[in-house]
Amino acid sequence: MTTTLFVPRDMMAVALGADRVAAALAEGARRRGVDVRIVRTGSRGLQWLEPLVEVATPQGRIGYGPVRPADVGVLLDAGLLHGGAHTLRIGRPEDMPYLARQTRLTFARCGITDPLSLDDYRAHGGLVGLERALAMAPEAVVACIKLSGLRGRGGAGFPTGIKWATVLTAQADRKYVVCNADEGDSGTFAERRLMEGDPFCLIEGMAIGGIAVGASKGFVYLRSEYPIAAEIFGRAIEVAREAGVLGVSVLGSGRAFDIELRIGAGAYICGEETSMLESLEGRRAIVRAKPPIPALHGLFGKPTLVNNVMSFAAVPWILTHGGQAYADFGMGRSRGTLPIQLAGNVARGGLIEVAFGITLREVIDDFGGGTLSGRKVRAVQVGGPLGAYFPAHMLDLPVDYEALAAAQGLLGHGGIVVFDDSVDMARQARFAFEFCAIESCGKCTPCRIGATRGMETVDKIIVGNQRARNLEIAQDLCELMTDGSLCAMGGLTPLPVQSALRHFAEDFERPPLLAAAE
Amino acid sequence: MPYHEPFDLGRAREIIADLAHLEGATLPMLHALQRAFGHVPDAAVPLVAEALNMSRAEVHGCLTFYHDFHRQPAGRHVLKLCRAEACQSVGADRLHAQVLAELGVDWHGTTTDGRVTAEPVFCLGLCACGPAALLDDAPLARLDADAVRAALAEAA
Repeated sequence: MTTTLFVPRDMMAVALGADRVAAALAEGARRRGVDVRIVRTGSRGLQWLEPLVEVATPQGRIGYGPVRPADVGVLLDAGLLHGGAHTLRIGRPEDMPYLARQTRLTFARCGITDPLSLDDYRAHGGLVGLERALAMAPEAVVACIKLSGLRGRGGAGFPTGIKWATVLTAQADRKYVVCNADEGDSGTFAERRLMEGDPFCLIEGMAIGGIAVGASKGFVYLRSEYPIAAEIFGRAIEVAREAGVLGVSVLGSGRAFDIELRIGAGAYICGEETSMLESLEGRRAIVRAKPPIPALHGLFGKPTLVNNVMSFAAVPWILTHGGQAYADFGMGRSRGTLPIQLAGNVARGGLIEVAFGITLREVIDDFGGGTLSGRKVRAVQVGGPLGAYFPAHMLDLPVDYEALAAAQGLLGHGGIVVFDDSVDMARQARFAFEFCAIESCGKCTPCRIGATRGMETVDKIIVGNQRARNLEIAQDLCELMTDGSLCAMGGLTPLPVQSALRHFAEDFERPPLLAAAE
Repeated sequence: MPYHEPFDLGRAREIIADLAHLEGATLPMLHALQRAFGHVPDAAVPLVAEALNMSRAEVHGCLTFYHDFHRQPAGRHVLKLCRAEACQSVGADRLHAQVLAELGVDWHGTTTDGRVTAEPVFCLGLCACGPAALLDDAPLARLDADAVRAALAEAA
């Protein structure tokens, strides 16, 4: 009898030794004369348990983690292949509160299925949404997305259905679908994780988008920092093509849709949709002025449906279960679920997909178990490098587009980075400017020059050079960048800076000598 | 260890011609050239420009805009250390100072023996187990100076 083992091939699991664990399991089983099949899955998103090895048993899948290569021999001796007892045994992963408390819609399959098996995908509810969409009028598909209340998960939160309707009604000889997979925000990894763990979900979502708006060609713009995602997603496109999910006749419908994977080249600005389009067209990724909006005048001047990975990946579920079912999750104008990514100095980081409305404190304390260092949480940055830093006393804020905006922050891509009390917020403010200076596309002056001047100004504040005057200059620069920048890069860099100044003023008032000595 | 062939105009033309059918093929071409030769020498710029009906200035602009592309040969291994916030929160800055000092280089520098080029990167999506890095295409997590040393030694 063959025993089935599951070992993630997620980049984070690989970084923690999953490839070597898989090899050790294969070798250990061979030496014991046992027949095993090792399925390389995505990650369940329980970061502190990676590499998490699972074994199929009559009682369900039993997990062990974190497993180091050196543990494998002992684990096999302890009866891992039958779910035997060991200190690393965690039981059935789905019974763990961390997973049981989640609402996994987009990530329902991630970590469970073989990412490259279409049979597995179908067996777990895949392709139902696409089949439904093919049987519907395009307007009905768009209406379903509108009803769901889905908003762009890339950060801007624009209603997805309205964007789809705009591209659908645009008249042109050809249209494009473009998926923005340039997930550059620190503290985010949901896109990577989905493309590595459930690539067909994104393919299906994009195909539904193409069918709905009348586009036959899709591009995925994936950042180069994700080599494993590139390999798995590239292979998934081939598998989908061979099976007729992509190609001249999607699922035999007679309607064409295909996807081409493009790899970025290390420019954070390509997360901004117009600079990404420039990059796809083969130029420097310089931001375009809007209007015209990409929905009408996008890639190669054609109407283009640009959505984030997480937006497209939510679509198959919505088409399968209906727009209303999705809208039933969430709060206010933030409907559905959000894959929160908990990262930084946190004991139990990972992927937490829950309905909107959970508080930052619940995420960090209940899921995260506090800091990794064991020290107090002092600051939390929400929404990536352009997101605000919140102090510990503000953690009762709900994760919701409007609530975070009202608190002068943003939700962004749903990344939460935790810092303990050793953080120096003046340095974090400096870094925000430095990052903007490095990654600015250079088109508009407030961003290009403002970021560099901002960095120099914070340097002066840190060493105590004309502090009051320079604090005023920093504030002034922030206002100018907010009001005068062409896109979110320069326009939102002030958010982390000003939030640091507002909530952590004491860090900008340290005695000069002490600051210099650090 | 990644192997790079010496730059050759004929080979470069072949690589470019293979990709000429793509829409907006600049980045795929530059990536393919760098994969083959380890960098994109200035001599390749007019070839790309000609194939894409772009000016040399436009291709040069592209080549120099994106952080990934090297115009000069890099070290045999490229170590990309993540400098972004999540890694900062678990001590990446201190680690980087130590690693760079041990290698005797600054950011973007290559060790005198040509073995390692150290580059900053802003996020590898390994944010729940930093400090993180990418050594060539191999991801590394929960790094300390010992772990970086071990990874470099293993890569040889």
